[in-house]
Amino acid sequence: MDQTSTLEKVLRRVAISLVILFFMFPIFWIVLMSFQTNETILRVPPSVIFEPTLSNYVALVTGKLETQAGTLEINFMSNLWNSLFLSAGSVAVGLILGIPAAYAFGRIKFRGSEDIAFTLLSFRFAPPLLVLLPLTIYFQKIGLADTYFGLIWVYQLIVLPLILWIVRGYFEDIPADIEYAYRIAGHSWFSTFRTVALPLAMPGIAAAGLLAFIFAWNNFIFALVLASADKQPVTVGALAFVTASGIQYGQVAAGIVLSILPTLALALYAQRYLVEGLSLGAVKG
Amino acid sequence: MSIQLSNIRKSFANDLVLDGVSLDIPTGETLVLFGPSGAGKTVLLRLIAGVVDPDEGRIIVNGVDMDGVVPEDRGIGMAFQNFALFPHMDAHANIASPLTARRETRSGIETRVREVAKLLKIDHVLGHTPAELSNGQKQRTALGRALAAEPSILLLDDPLRNVDAKLRFEMRLELPRLLKAQNATVIFVTQDYKEAMALGDRIAVMGDHGIVQIGTPEEIYLCPSSTRIARLFGDPTINLLDVVPEIGVQGPVVQLSATDVAISGSYAGAVGKACSLGIRPEAIRFVAPGAPGAFPVEIEAETPLNEKTVTLAATRNHREILVSRPAGTPGPDHGKAHVAIDMGNALLFDRATGARIIAADAPTDEMAT
Repeated sequence: MDQTSTLEKVLRRVAISLVILFFMFPIFWIVLMSFQTNETILRVPPSVIFEPTLSNYVALVTGKLETQAGTLEINFMSNLWNSLFLSAGSVAVGLILGIPAAYAFGRIKFRGSEDIAFTLLSFRFAPPLLVLLPLTIYFQKIGLADTYFGLIWVYQLIVLPLILWIVRGYFEDIPADIEYAYRIAGHSWFSTFRTVALPLAMPGIAAAGLLAFIFAWNNFIFALVLASADKQPVTVGALAFVTASGIQYGQVAAGIVLSILPTLALALYAQRYLVEGLSLGAVKG
Repeated sequence: MSIQLSNIRKSFANDLVLDGVSLDIPTGETLVLFGPSGAGKTVLLRLIAGVVDPDEGRIIVNGVDMDGVVPEDRGIGMAFQNFALFPHMDAHANIASPLTARRETRSGIETRVREVAKLLKIDHVLGHTPAELSNGQKQRTALGRALAAEPSILLLDDPLRNVDAKLRFEMRLELPRLLKAQNATVIFVTQDYKEAMALGDRIAVMGDHGIVQIGTPEEIYLCPSSTRIARLFGDPTINLLDVVPEIGVQGPVVQLSATDVAISGSYAGAVGKACSLGIRPEAIRFVAPGAPGAFPVEIEAETPLNEKTVTLAATRNHREILVSRPAGTPGPDHGKAHVAIDMGNALLFDRATGARIIAADAPTDEMAT
């Protein structure tokens, strides 16, 4: 009995380790690559023993890419900044628009509410490129092409349905009686929304915000089509590492590491909202 | 404040809950809504609170039509059956919520919350969140929240349902005093007939999409309008014996154990009709053979409860009767015995419809001998 449970414990640990290794290995390898030169990366057989160098990071931060063909200008740092601004801006706008909408869809039954909610979700059904081509023409006509405002607007196609549908579910899960109780106590519906519904849906809002941020951050096609060089995020900017004299693996790796960091930081920050089970003990189950 | 409901109709997606409900509750009265689950008691409270709107009908509070008045402007205190506490606020903030809405001063709120908490004996757990409270404490927090702002209308939705027996008994004793002190008009929902009898100035029995009988606890207990209501009140439940009244020597009689037992002369109109004779267990006594109205029974079992002894007896053709007598009073516990019915408290119901047959005269304690 004891024997099997110990064996089981060991096997379970081994299995978990294997899974972690499987998923984390590429990240681990990329982190290693980011501290190597192209030569050490490409040697056969590959080895984890090398002399670490910060040259990749220096190149990215200073914006000077040294290649065999000469010095190339890259604006990775401004790409990173663009990614941050576009993603954060999109999520902010998405939350401002999406949370009240989610509350309305979740709480108030009005004519056509399901249809409207579904239509919003259907934005995600269409291939983005199909939407983008006509949109480019419109945007050029009304002067929104190649503006942060225009990009954030288009990013809502990704961000808004996600926030709307996730947060709506959380609002629906709040027992209506809790909100009724607050209103009967004499508070307006807005005050009820702000002090009761919003805090109770916070885990959902955090999850939706984080997911939306990741989706916005990883978006490639919108910015590729709609933005010029100075407004492009890292996803598009990374194309610059494919140079005439070959692919700069070291810089690509360093770029990946740098572009993971903001999302990682956000995920760690959002975690405490994600795990909080606030609805506990509200009503008798 | 007085509450008037007239002709309220409410359905949820083709499911008719209330139809033609009218109710008049004078200021300061405690009205108990009593009935099985699904009878629409909670819906009625929600209609009055304004969180649900009626399909038809009017709700008038103190002469003002509540149509279009939002819940927060109705000045009502409500305790939900499921507590509906704010899980992210501690008990103190929960109780204080009606006071903060009225923008009272911080010290005023503090004083009032302490006062209410002390009254409900939860002043030691004010800093706890609902998750950290026991069911009884949650229930009292919810009650405290309803009482905090001293509303002139209190809607209490089965507030004692989820608490343990001891606390329920305590609260049943304390609540009337507490409610009277508030001088509020109270609507109290319950499924427990003892609670209804203990707390209500009047009881409205609900069923069939509306109110089937309304009256004082005594009226409901002694003169239920149908067998269904008669069964809901009383423990042990009322005896219902199928009888067909006949013309006896001195007036209408019913056959029990092949004995003619006289019933009130005012039931003469029911002769020949299929009826149910309703007798409360405490309206049956053991008597000596030959006593007026006595008929023989066979005792099957006896259950001594603490305050009363309940005997199960059978008539000659095996109809079972429950007889209840105060504990300690003498009575047979086995074999054959004779019982007599206190006919003043016996009720006659139409067997087909279950409706009570109203005696031609007001029921008197005339015992045909």
